[in-house]
Amino acid sequence: MKLRTLALAVAAAAALALPGTMAEATKVKGEVTNFSFSFQGPFGSYDRNQLQRGLQVFHEACASCHGLQYVAFRTLSDPNGPELPEDQMRAFADMYEVWDPALRDWRPAEGNDHFPESQFEGAPDLSLMTKARAGFSGPYGLGINQLLKGIGGPEYVASFLLGYTGEEDFQAGSMFYENKAYGGWVSMAPVLFDDMIEYADGTRATEEQMALDVAAFLTWTAEPKLVERKRAGFSGLIILAVLGSLLYLTNKQIWAPVKKRAKES
Amino acid sequence: MSGIPHDHYEPKTGGEKWLHRRLPIVGLIYDTIMIPTPKNLNWMWIWGIVLMFCLILQIVTGIVLAMHYTPHVDMAFASVEHIMRNVNGGHMMRYLHQNGAMLFFLAVYLHMFRNMYYGSYKTPREVTWIIGMLIYLLMMATAFMGYVLPWGQMSFWGATVITGLFGAIPGIGETLQTWLLGGPAVDNAALNRFFSLHYLLPFIILGLVIVHVWAFHHTGNNNPTGVEVRRGSKEEAEKDTLPFWPYFVIKDLFALVVVLALFWVVVAFMPNFLGHTDNYIEADPLVTPPEIVPEWYFLPFYAILRAFTSDVWIVIAVNWLSFGIIDATFFGVLAMFGAIFVWALLPWLDTSSVRSGRYRPMFKWWFWLFIVNFVVLTWAGAMPAEGIYTNIALIGTTYWFAYFLVIMPLLGVLEKPTTPPDTIEQDFNETVKAQSGKGGGSGPAPEQVPAE
Repeated sequence: MKLRTLALAVAAAAALALPGTMAEATKVKGEVTNFSFSFQGPFGSYDRNQLQRGLQVFHEACASCHGLQYVAFRTLSDPNGPELPEDQMRAFADMYEVWDPALRDWRPAEGNDHFPESQFEGAPDLSLMTKARAGFSGPYGLGINQLLKGIGGPEYVASFLLGYTGEEDFQAGSMFYENKAYGGWVSMAPVLFDDMIEYADGTRATEEQMALDVAAFLTWTAEPKLVERKRAGFSGLIILAVLGSLLYLTNKQIWAPVKKRAKES
Repeated sequence: MSGIPHDHYEPKTGGEKWLHRRLPIVGLIYDTIMIPTPKNLNWMWIWGIVLMFCLILQIVTGIVLAMHYTPHVDMAFASVEHIMRNVNGGHMMRYLHQNGAMLFFLAVYLHMFRNMYYGSYKTPREVTWIIGMLIYLLMMATAFMGYVLPWGQMSFWGATVITGLFGAIPGIGETLQTWLLGGPAVDNAALNRFFSLHYLLPFIILGLVIVHVWAFHHTGNNNPTGVEVRRGSKEEAEKDTLPFWPYFVIKDLFALVVVLALFWVVVAFMPNFLGHTDNYIEADPLVTPPEIVPEWYFLPFYAILRAFTSDVWIVIAVNWLSFGIIDATFFGVLAMFGAIFVWALLPWLDTSSVRSGRYRPMFKWWFWLFIVNFVVLTWAGAMPAEGIYTNIALIGTTYWFAYFLVIMPLLGVLEKPTTPPDTIEQDFNETVKAQSGKGGGSGPAPEQVPAE
C-alpha cells in the first residue's frame, strides 16, 4: 500500500514537472475554439447557403483590404461551392475592378477574372488562409490533436475574428489591437459587429454567425474540390475493398494445397 | 538468371522460336517472374512491391503535374493552385504525388528495417544492399528538390537551410553552394535546376531498381530463417521454394491493396495532415517562418544535424584538434551524412555468423531499441532545437552511431546465437502446423512476425 502511494506521488510529481519544462518550448500561443462546421468529417460537405452568406461577409467586411487572387469569379457558380446562378455571379463580378493589361486600364471584372489581390502590404491574401494556419497542434508535436480535431484552419479564422479583447495600443504611429486567438497584438482592427450586415437569406447577422460563415467561405476558397475529393475517397475505398476481398480469396485458394501438404508432412 | 535451379522458358511455336533466336525477351520475363522464392516469406516481404508501385505512381502523377506546372519564382505557386483548381482531377494528382512521396518513404523504411532484422544485407547480398542505399539517397535528393517546387514558405526556407549545409564546408563551401544554387541565394536559377533534376532522378532510380531486382534475383531472396535455399537439384530446391508467380504475386498484390486502402484514406480525407501549413503561403525571402522543419521522413537526420551545438564536448574537442576548421555546423553536417554512411556499411560492420535476427537473442533487443530510437529521433527533429530536445537528439544520435560502430561488431563476438532450422521447408511446415492449431506441437513455436 505504501509503495503504491509512493509510486503515485512520484508519477504525479513527474506529470506536473514534465509539461512545465515542455510547454515553454512548444509555445502554443493563441486560444482557438473548436467550432463545428458542415464540411468536417469524411461525410461533411459545404453548406451552400453558408458559403453564400460568407461571400457576402467577405464582400462587405474583408474585400476592402484583403484579396482572393487565386479564386476566379466563375467558380462561384461551380457545383459544391456557393453555386451562385450565372447571372448573379456576373453581376457580383461587375462590382470589382481589375487591371486589364491589354486595355492598360481598369475595367469591371468578368466571370473569368480572379478576385483582386490584397490592397496593401499588411493584409495577406485570403485564398489559402484556412490551409495556411494550424489552429490545433500537439501535444508535444505528436499531432494527436490535429488528428482528432482537424488541422484547425477555419476554426482559427473564426476564432481570430471573434478574438478581440477590446484592448488597444498606439505604437510607433499605428494602432494595435489585442487578439486572443493570435495570442498577441495585431494591426487589423475588429471588423465584425452584430447586425452590421443584412443577410439576403434572413439569418440574423450576429458576430459569431458572420465569423463562422466567412470561415466556411474561406475554406471553400482554399479547398474548392473538397466534396469531389471525399467522393473519390469513397468510390476508391469501395473498389479497393472489392479488389482486396477477391485477392484475399484468390491468395487463400492458391496457397491451400501448399499448406495442406505442409500440414501432412 | 538465378542460381537456384528451376525451369526455364522453352519456346514452342514457330513464332516464339523465331523471336527467341533473335531476342530472348520472353525468356527473360519468364525467368524473372518464375524465380523460385522461399516458401516461408512473411508479410514483411511485401514492401518491395509497394515500393515499385510508389515509384510508378510518382512517375505517372509527376509527369502529369509537370504538364501544368511552371518553374518560375513568380508563377510556380500560382501554377500549383491552377493545378488544384482548374486542371481536371488536378487536385487528386497533386495530393497523390504529395502523399505518395510519404508512402514511398514509409515503405522504404519498413523495407530497410525488415532487411536489418533478418540480416538480408549479409553475404552474398551486400551489393543488393548497397544499391538499395544508393536508391534511398537518390530518393532523398528527389524528395527534397520536389518539395521546393511548389515555392511555398517551407519550400524556400527548407531549400535555404539544406543548401546552406554545403556552405558550411570549410574553404570550398561558399563556392560550392553558389555553384549548386546558380546564384548567391535560392532563386529562379535554383528552382529551375531543381525542377530539371527532380524530373531526371526518378529515372535513374528506376534504372537502379532494375539492377537492385537483378542482384537479388541472382542471389535469391533471403527469408525469415536466413537459411539458404538448397540448390543441389531442381527437386531439392522445389522443396524450399515456390515460383514467384502466382504464389507471391497474388500475396503481394493483396498486401498492396490493403496498404493502398490506408493510403487512399489519407489522400481523400486528410491530404494535408502530414504536410506543413506554411507551405500554403507563397515563398517570401524577407519573412523567415518561426520554425523550419522538413517533411517527416527527413526528421531523424534533421535531429542528428541539429544535435551538435558548440557546447557539446566532442564538438569542442574536434574543433580544437582541427584548429577551428570543423565548427559545430560542419560537425552536424558530417554527423548527418555519416549516419547514412555507417548505415550503408552495415554488411561489413555486422560480424555475426548467423543471418536472421530470429536466432540472435541479444541482437533482438538492440534492434528494437534502434527502431524506438528512430521514432524518437523523428520526433526530436520536429521539435525546436532548444532545451531538452537537443539533449534527446544527442542521446539518440549517440545510440545511432553506437549501434552500427560498436554494438554490431561486438555482438557477433559476444552473442551466442540459437540454432536455425536446417531447411526452409522445415520452418515452413512447422509454421503452417502451428498456425492451423492442429497437428502442431511437434516443433518449436514459430516466432511472432514483428509489428507490421
